[in-house]
Amino acid sequence: MAEVFKLNHVSKIYKNDGKEFPALKDVSLSINEGEIFGIIGMSGAGKSTLVRTLNRLEEISDGSVSFYGQDLSKLKPKEIRKIRRQIAMVFQSFNLLGQRDVLSNVMQPLRIAGIPRAGRKKKALEMLKIVGLEDKKNEYPSRLSGGQKQRVAIARALAADPKVLLCDEATSALDPKMTGEILELLKEINETRKLTIIIITHEMSVVEKICDRVAIIDDGKMVEAGEVKEIFRAPKSEAARKLVFPSNPFDPSDEESRLIRLVFDGLAANRPFIAELVEQTGKKVNILSANTKSVGGIGYGQMVVELPKDKKEQELIISFFKNGGLSVQEVNEP
Amino acid sequence: MSDYIIETIRNGIIETLEMTVFASILSYIIGLPVGIMLYATSKGRILENRPVNLILGLIVNVGRSLPFLILLVLLIPFTRFVTGSSIGTVASIVPLTVGAIPIVARMVESSLSEVSPGIIEAASAMGASPIYIIIHFILPEATPSLLLGAAINVATVLGYSAMAGVIGGGGLGAIALQYGYYRYQKDVLWTTVAILVVMVMLISEGGNLIAKKKRK
Repeated sequence: MAEVFKLNHVSKIYKNDGKEFPALKDVSLSINEGEIFGIIGMSGAGKSTLVRTLNRLEEISDGSVSFYGQDLSKLKPKEIRKIRRQIAMVFQSFNLLGQRDVLSNVMQPLRIAGIPRAGRKKKALEMLKIVGLEDKKNEYPSRLSGGQKQRVAIARALAADPKVLLCDEATSALDPKMTGEILELLKEINETRKLTIIIITHEMSVVEKICDRVAIIDDGKMVEAGEVKEIFRAPKSEAARKLVFPSNPFDPSDEESRLIRLVFDGLAANRPFIAELVEQTGKKVNILSANTKSVGGIGYGQMVVELPKDKKEQELIISFFKNGGLSVQEVNEP
Repeated sequence: MSDYIIETIRNGIIETLEMTVFASILSYIIGLPVGIMLYATSKGRILENRPVNLILGLIVNVGRSLPFLILLVLLIPFTRFVTGSSIGTVASIVPLTVGAIPIVARMVESSLSEVSPGIIEAASAMGASPIYIIIHFILPEATPSLLLGAAINVATVLGYSAMAGVIGGGGLGAIALQYGYYRYQKDVLWTTVAILVVMVMLISEGGNLIAKKKRK
């Protein structure tokens, strides 16, 4: 599998009034052809800066970024413009031209690529068909809903046949239903056009729906990266745990009792663990919260339970779950 | 009012329109590129260039801070050099144009600054060159605002053209001055003033209407 992007020890420091603000700290990762790669982090973590180093909208301070083996920092302005035509981008705020109709918006990248007018129109209409907005071709963006605007932006991004699509918080301004539709569209494009997609987001639900692999960015550092299912099953870093697990809203009913989190994947999700616990040990736990979801077609769930006060009983219950193949974690936060 | 006066006022209207239209067009031919340069070379913009921006900014600021009446007098030798005369309608177009250029430039700069940085970023990400971005992204997006600015500028030039009457320019301003001020013909004074007011109103309302129609 070809490597589309390779980042080697990338650092970025903003200088302002003699003060230095590090935005990226020693980030190394590689993104493969044809995958949907997620980059997730809280706002201000540096993910938007990171994605902009991929098409050199941001210059890096140290390290290297290469696109199909080409070191981007060594390219002249004219050469980088040529590369950018292969790296399309969609934005949270859509960034469509308000004074141009949908069709001419979609034609823009083709015009930049120097394609004659007749060809531009044909290609743009084809793209609008893919995103299902052919009938809106003569409308102006101000007449469209947020989801429709993002579809136009996607049609525009795809028009010049890019190799990669960068999505910078592309669904963050949309409601959940529209978010779902846009994500489905992206997944479809990824499959039918074999397009590599890189998704920047702060929402884990976006990653779990369509990403193959994910990198977690926290305070400018890449704290964890890997297969999405793997990270969902066993998040290693604190930042990953915060993103994967919803915070637990309940306090233990007693100071002595202990809260634990059980995490189960595909196979284990089919077994009635709590019932088995009661049957086999006679011990009881109090379920505080639980949920299951499908991540990449695999059932995945987590449950917060409150253990009884007695220390021995606690250990017995924990070892029962551990022997059953569940991952058990302490819930420290109230 | 005598027929002679009415005929004079009619000519005055035509002269005023001539001065306003030509001076406006000429000032945009120079002021628009200057305004674009001011915008594009300022800090954080696509062609950031501090020395160019400072020099252009200085020239524009000096031009704008000179009272127009002083500029008229200062420019007499230049006007004579360009048109061969320093009085009359054609001669007035020169100082009017020079006086309007810095105003146009600042107005254009401010209109372009309103364009969302996201659109410029999207254009850069598409691989467009800075010149392409200015022509195909920034200028079209700023068009309604540029039109509004143009209406204000044309009205300003019209006002200035009346001032040109003081040093021998033609138009309604000269008539108001000669008949109304020097000869105490109040009816002529008020008629010309009323006509000037109506012309300014028509220009600004027309500009607003076009800008509104253009804004999508």
